[in-house]
Amino acid sequence: MTSVKMTVNGKSVSGEVEGRTLLVSFLREQAGLTGTHVGCDTSQCGACLVHVNGDAVKSCTMLALEAEGADVATIEGQANADGSLNVIQQAFQDHHGLQCGFCTPGMVMSAAALLKENPKPSESEIRNYLQGNICRCTGYHNIVKAVLAASGQDVGAIAAE
Amino acid sequence: MPKDSGIGASSKRREDVRFLTGAGNYTDDINIRGQAYVHFLRSDVAHGKINGIDTNAAEAMPGVVRIFTGKDFEGIGGLPCGWQVTDRHGEVMQEPPHPVLAQGKVRHVGDPIAAVVADTAEQARDAVEAIEVDLEELPAVINMKEALKEGATKVHDDLTSNLCYDWGFVEENKGAVEEAIQNAAHVTTLELVNNRLVANPMEPRVAVGDFERGTGNSTLYTTSQNPHVIRLLMGAFVLGIPEHKLRVVAPDVGGGFGTKIFHYAEEAFCTFAAKAINRPVKWTSSRSEAFISDAHGRDHVTKIELALDADNNFTAVRTETHANMGAYLSTFAPSVPTWLHGVLMAGNYKTPNIYVNVKAVFTNTVPVDAYRGAGRPEATYQLERVIDKAARELGVDPIALRRQNFITEFPYDTPVAVTYDTGDYGATMDKLEEMADIAGFAERRRQSEAKGKLRGLGINCYIEACGIAPSNLVGQLGARAGLYESATVRVNATGGLVVMTGSHSHGQGHETAFPQVIAEMIGIDESMIEIVHGDTANTPMGMGTYGSRSLAVGGSAMVRAAEKVINKAKKIAAHLMEASDADIELKDGAFSVAGTDKSVAWGDVCLAAYVPHNYPLEDLEPGLEETAFYDPSNFTYPSGAYACEVEVDPDTGKVTIERMMAADDFGNVVNPMIVSGQVHGGLAQGIGQALLENCVYDENGQLLSASYMDYAMPRASDLPNFEVDHSCATPCTHNPLGVKGCGEAGAIGSPPSVVNAVIDALNSGGKDVPHIDMPMSPARVWAAMNRASATGHGTAEGRSLGGASG
Ligand code: FES
Ligand code: FES
Repeated sequence: MTSVKMTVNGKSVSGEVEGRTLLVSFLREQAGLTGTHVGCDTSQCGACLVHVNGDAVKSCTMLALEAEGADVATIEGQANADGSLNVIQQAFQDHHGLQCGFCTPGMVMSAAALLKENPKPSESEIRNYLQGNICRCTGYHNIVKAVLAASGQDVGAIAAE
Repeated sequence: MPKDSGIGASSKRREDVRFLTGAGNYTDDINIRGQAYVHFLRSDVAHGKINGIDTNAAEAMPGVVRIFTGKDFEGIGGLPCGWQVTDRHGEVMQEPPHPVLAQGKVRHVGDPIAAVVADTAEQARDAVEAIEVDLEELPAVINMKEALKEGATKVHDDLTSNLCYDWGFVEENKGAVEEAIQNAAHVTTLELVNNRLVANPMEPRVAVGDFERGTGNSTLYTTSQNPHVIRLLMGAFVLGIPEHKLRVVAPDVGGGFGTKIFHYAEEAFCTFAAKAINRPVKWTSSRSEAFISDAHGRDHVTKIELALDADNNFTAVRTETHANMGAYLSTFAPSVPTWLHGVLMAGNYKTPNIYVNVKAVFTNTVPVDAYRGAGRPEATYQLERVIDKAARELGVDPIALRRQNFITEFPYDTPVAVTYDTGDYGATMDKLEEMADIAGFAERRRQSEAKGKLRGLGINCYIEACGIAPSNLVGQLGARAGLYESATVRVNATGGLVVMTGSHSHGQGHETAFPQVIAEMIGIDESMIEIVHGDTANTPMGMGTYGSRSLAVGGSAMVRAAEKVINKAKKIAAHLMEASDADIELKDGAFSVAGTDKSVAWGDVCLAAYVPHNYPLEDLEPGLEETAFYDPSNFTYPSGAYACEVEVDPDTGKVTIERMMAADDFGNVVNPMIVSGQVHGGLAQGIGQALLENCVYDENGQLLSASYMDYAMPRASDLPNFEVDHSCATPCTHNPLGVKGCGEAGAIGSPPSVVNAVIDALNSGGKDVPHIDMPMSPARVWAAMNRASATGHGTAEGRSLGGASG
């Protein structure tokens, strides 16, 4: 066991981990942040996506020890300071961009990373960027719409409802 | 003006807030103090004899609490099957035992042999690797037709063969169908595969078993669509725990699509082991484990014949299907190719003679059971494909051919035992033609061709039977359960309500949509209503959510319970206003006496019920809480018309979906936003089946598509925006809401339109390709195109049976 310490959503978190412990397990089991999900074991689904030092990272592809000293952001830290949904979260609710909610934390974190890189993405840029996040429920239509809306773009071209 | 609350409003989903902030409570988020973890040792061969299991080394590993093998489960029940099919000769199906842990033999890759319970998940996994199994590999049967041959290896030594049943429906129609086919002016024949799929809800299955020594009560937290069904099956048939000593909780569940209906070995194991070691036991499936332990879907191989007279009227349909059951009978497996499939073979058409034959076959593969649509996609696919092929052979317009044969009068008794209550297939087709801008297709095709692409348009219709019930009918058909639903409406003293429903939401938005109905009935704000579901301890016995039944059956139970509440509240209001209860009206959250200005608010009546100072105690009990069980008198029959436009790259065979349109008739709609979302998700799964997804075994029974590296899940970049409409509404006549169900439509309606579109594209390019099996991968499409030019006929592959071959 080795000790590890990082900042998660602005708070310092530390724990004892095995060398093989993944960042996602550390977040879920030790930091108690169960909003980050595990949907696969081949780094394909993106349910575990978090930000590490500002970059989008699938937390199942990183060892907890590799995040020593890092600044990690998870879904639990995304809402506005007053607890209200942030722009992306609100757009997901407004446009029904989630059903079962299991892929949602990863989708929201992925969308945030996209909009940071590309504040006004086109529909096809959104679809391409989100390739690493699998959603089985929504067919992506409303996720794409939510991301467009969150970037302040008109969603009129995408069918209503 | 769209409404902003109540029935018909696109109310925003209240459950979203917790999911969007990471505050959901999924089963894997549940950890109980002192819990141990289990890891299963699973068979890596498709068929084998267990000569011995040596756990000595494993037992000495750090953290190991106890190792279980099949021996620990001797004398304990196996996993039960919930549906018994009687075959065409009057014999009941062959039903092999399905042990929790393998007894003497393994029968598919993934069959659990042993289970290690340890202090940590890692320790359990490490110790599993130290177990030595003396496993003698036996020849495996994977291909269904091989499995039925004389002398084939048997999956179960105790059964007479690998044939589970040979079902004929309706057997008495067989002769008339034969005669109609003989006398037909034209017969179109098509052989096709409905490819094996894996449901793949994004949340893998999880089970946490807990046993409370002080009370002797067991609790199971599990990823289930129907906690009461699991409690009944596991309690009564596997572990012998009476229902009052067993609680099953299915908290937030991350998608189901059918695969979380069934009772699985891991659930029984965790409940059993928690008692045996006196510690909570948790199992979390990995995705790789899910591929070899979640029930798969589809896997039908079918020959269908459509007979037409000289005027192109359909005169008969005959089908022969091989349906893969896998190695054991999963909970509802036998019903899928029979009662959920055969009874839909009339489709939207007035074909007078129909005969369906289904041979269900055991193979050394993972059990196959219901997946989104369950039987109905298989029925729709073959029927709508053969109609398209007939139109092409006869040189007639595929829409006109369908319209000419539509059922137009309702109620309609089909020759396959069901009665459609309502529908208007012409209206959904009209709507579809408008949405699809069929007139503009020729120009769009020209533009595609200018880019060197082939463009095709495919259309199809569908009908499904959902809201499955009534119980007495399904009982005659072999169901070993009732199919009613229940709800308790509890009004609190301050006027707020809690609805405890037997339905379960795993993405469908019940917490939002159900309150819309109650809000409409009483005239109060949706926020005053809370939905409780997913816990057998605080909801009435319910059958759960599948088959697009929640609103049609569960919602109807809720309406009935709310009606009882309202009737009682009216009596209280009448007493308070000194009027006759016949004169009391409820509107906008207030009771009034007809023809007077007297009124009393909803909240005051609720308070009077719980503080019964001025109250007719001699006539009425205090309190305001009612339960209703609702057992519908018929299925509901959503229907619709779908269209797809594709571009095919003639150099690579790659298919791109350019447009996808769905015109559905769901009857009345409570929340249009949620309904559209359900259709979108179904379309994505249907397109996934048509173009991408395939569950493939090799001839030895190794699963080749066993992770997301090899099983092609639809991604955002694979799909277009969808155009969906549900404005054509013929309300269901026999449930109080007039709703029909919408959860499966997209997955049922879309695969044939995608395939029809690709065939249309290839034919427009001069390739005479009559059929390509799903998934229409670039390789298959390319091969079909090129073989077609060489030989003049072409299907991409030989019939892949049992999912074998890619
Ligand atoms: S769990 Fe990390 S990508 Fe699937
Ligand atoms: S909302 Fe269920 S997987 Fe995306």
